[in-house]
Amino acid sequence: MRSKLTPRLVQLEAESIFILREVAAEFARPVMLYSIGKDSSVILHLAMKAFYPAKPPFPLMHIDTTWKFREMISFRDETAKRLGVELLVHTNLDGIRDNINPFDSGSSAYTRVMKTEALKQALEAGGYDAAIGGARRDEEKSRAKERVFSFRSSRHGWDPKNQRPELWNLYNCQLAAGESMRVFPISNWTELDVWQYIHAEDIPVVPLYFAKERPVVERGGALLMLDDERMKLLPGETAQNRLVRFRTLGCYPLTGAVESGAANLDDILAELTEARTSERVSRMIDHDEKASMERKKREGYF
Amino acid sequence: MEMVRATSAKPSTADAGPGLLRFLTCGSVDDGKSTLIGRLLYDLEQVPTDQLASLQKEAKAAGKDIDLAFLLDGLEAEQEQGITIDVAYRYFRSPKRSFIVADAPGHEQYTRKMATGASVSDLAILLVDARKGLLTQTRRHALIVSHFGTRHVVLAVNKLDLVDYSQEVFERIEREFREFARDLGFRSIVAIPVSALKGDNLVQRSAATSWYNGPTLIGHLDTVDIESERDALPFRMPVQWVSRPNLDFRGLAGTLRGGTLKVGDPVMVAGSGKSTIVARIISGGADTNAVTAGDAAMISFRDEIDASRGDVLCHPQTAPNVADQVAAHVLWLSDAPMIPGRSYLLKCGSRKVPAEVTALKHRIDVNSGAHIAATALNSNEIGFVNLALTAPIAIDAFAENRDTGSFILIDRMTNATIGAGMISFVLRRASNIHPQKLEVDRAARSALKRHKPAVLWFTGLSGAGKSTIASHVERKLSEAGVHTYVLDGDNLRGGLNHDLGFTEADRVENVRRTTEVARLFADAGIVVLVSLISPYRAERLAARERIKDDFFEVFVDTPIALCKQRDPKGLYAKAERGEIKNFTGIDAPYETPENPELILKTAESDSEVLADGVIAYLRKKNIF
Repeated sequence: MRSKLTPRLVQLEAESIFILREVAAEFARPVMLYSIGKDSSVILHLAMKAFYPAKPPFPLMHIDTTWKFREMISFRDETAKRLGVELLVHTNLDGIRDNINPFDSGSSAYTRVMKTEALKQALEAGGYDAAIGGARRDEEKSRAKERVFSFRSSRHGWDPKNQRPELWNLYNCQLAAGESMRVFPISNWTELDVWQYIHAEDIPVVPLYFAKERPVVERGGALLMLDDERMKLLPGETAQNRLVRFRTLGCYPLTGAVESGAANLDDILAELTEARTSERVSRMIDHDEKASMERKKREGYF
Repeated sequence: MEMVRATSAKPSTADAGPGLLRFLTCGSVDDGKSTLIGRLLYDLEQVPTDQLASLQKEAKAAGKDIDLAFLLDGLEAEQEQGITIDVAYRYFRSPKRSFIVADAPGHEQYTRKMATGASVSDLAILLVDARKGLLTQTRRHALIVSHFGTRHVVLAVNKLDLVDYSQEVFERIEREFREFARDLGFRSIVAIPVSALKGDNLVQRSAATSWYNGPTLIGHLDTVDIESERDALPFRMPVQWVSRPNLDFRGLAGTLRGGTLKVGDPVMVAGSGKSTIVARIISGGADTNAVTAGDAAMISFRDEIDASRGDVLCHPQTAPNVADQVAAHVLWLSDAPMIPGRSYLLKCGSRKVPAEVTALKHRIDVNSGAHIAATALNSNEIGFVNLALTAPIAIDAFAENRDTGSFILIDRMTNATIGAGMISFVLRRASNIHPQKLEVDRAARSALKRHKPAVLWFTGLSGAGKSTIASHVERKLSEAGVHTYVLDGDNLRGGLNHDLGFTEADRVENVRRTTEVARLFADAGIVVLVSLISPYRAERLAARERIKDDFFEVFVDTPIALCKQRDPKGLYAKAERGEIKNFTGIDAPYETPENPELILKTAESDSEVLADGVIAYLRKKNIF
């Protein structure tokens, strides 16, 4: 099994396992933020390996905006069952009450209420002092400067100018009451590393990553999938079936599909080696305004 | 040291693909670091088209040429300032190899962040502006890079187009650098003439430097030999986590930080000296026969031996030092200076232990490497220090193993990482000190006195009423037949502490000495009343940990206005006239206790009443 991993992936895997074990040892109540996408599939797989033959000593938590693709939710539940790990799901009920949704509320307000605020609620309710996430430094510019162990104030804020230096493999995990840490075990992985690892380790991912004829509509330069009846066509729009796949997965009204014939992992790897656009280009929330990811992170987005 | 490596071939390298090379770039502001990496990404066709388009749009809007440096600069503020504020990591590939680049800032006040990049890098690219030659910054960076364990250096002599691609300029800079770096212990130094802006000798060999026969930058990065010498080191595995999912399995999880290990090998727990045989090795979620340096493993043994997080596993023949006193280089990271005698938290591998700097031997001039006498260590300075730990730990010299020879220091109040250290050598092996066992012990002495020992630690501002209340309490205890002694700050300064002044460092030492004396008195069975301003939480916490259960913190809480009004010794008046420096409450801080056992509010009650409260508390605690 190991022989399929290149030396680079063996190195990256070992680094990530070290980080996951450090979290388990240093924190009182860690939790893994599980967002169902390929990066989450990888950190979950790494956690299964890190503590084998035991199960990971922390639960998974999904922040459910109620706008995820249906296939994501079924994949989530199957995965937790298959691996025998505890899965917690949290939705910001205040947002549901106020009818905050991606169509009427604007993507910025929607993200703040249904993702950032929801995450803070869940972390506070559970008293979690460490939240493990699948963010990578190569995803986005402000994430390139993120620490592996990223300190958060008691209000969950991130201060990019006042981060703890990380030297050698020595992570400072000390916290005062109410403070917490966001931990990113695959900080040093690239999108290509993730797919090569999924391929080598045969890790299940949501089928939406693979090309298939899907009902989509063109809106604002993006191809949006008509995942359920809540997505209404605007005047002049027509639904069409196109051969598409998703490079990243989020809330379906905010995640554009890409036209692609890559129907399996080999195709995806071939496509990526050729790909010349960055991964999150299809994520509309990143483009609200200049440097918008950094602003979201300061507010507590992960 | 001859190592067991006969059967330790890395199974995973069979299908050799590209390995990782981690490097960092450093140089002064405007030397072109970001441009260099931006250009490298561009020439290797690693810039996503949408990012390139976004840069082109911005450049067009500003009416300028496209600036590849902006591929590296991320945070809003630094785009505005044009300075890279933090370490940014970038990932790219050549057809042969994968790279992780730490883009380190050049601005002087951010030097500590460059050290961070250096500590995780195999190689450093030092940029020099050909027009300016070696600068103070270049020398400083070379020194830091060498100190933090980066062994390979590329001297990129940049902006060569601006000196007409002069061979003479290039060779002069190279010569100067080699002269300077001679004693820095680099395993390789390669100088390359480049123009980051134009791409000369980055990926494409430049026609303008026909006199240059060496490799291009990428040619060198692709082939530089970072052979893993870690496999040849003695076996080390700091225990990170103990796994016990069921009664049949007990595994120790950790990452090998040196050497190799296979099933059937003898293994020892450094420190306890207990040894056993490896029964099973799990790595990457599956059983395996052998693991090598860098692998994350889970190990179980033939016999159950006591080992937990913080212990280091080793081979019985090549054990690390186990010591509680070490000499080390420390890079200071905090804006507040290093204070000898203050208790910090030291993290080395998976071990955390309180430690204090017992002596600052000298500071290193990072421009020349010279040793300079120093009494304090400030932010961005490297000092050579002696450290005393409260418990022995397993360590190596940094020169031998950069993972088991490095540590960080953490401020115990703010939790900030304030120091980064590298062990030079061991000053005292723990095995050399055996406390003398005595026939009469503490319990026996206490029984003779018919009361328990205690240390009442009165802290508060000058003039708060500490000595007055302590004196009342002592009188009342004495009347009740309790043996007491008062350690008064002012009185101690006449003898034991007569050599100390009122700087922060001296106050720390003052408290440390008083703590030790109080501890001895308590050990003798006496109730000690310490009356000391002791303004810093860190030292009071250290006293509490040293004295343990006998320690009772009594906060004499008097508003400063009232202290000034009382001013029994006329000190506040002098301090306000500037005649006394570092006076607590005036120009030196007082850190209020967070969880004292007792709070005495002198503005609200008479000192005799407050003393009665202390007596009642001691009775409740069964001291007498």
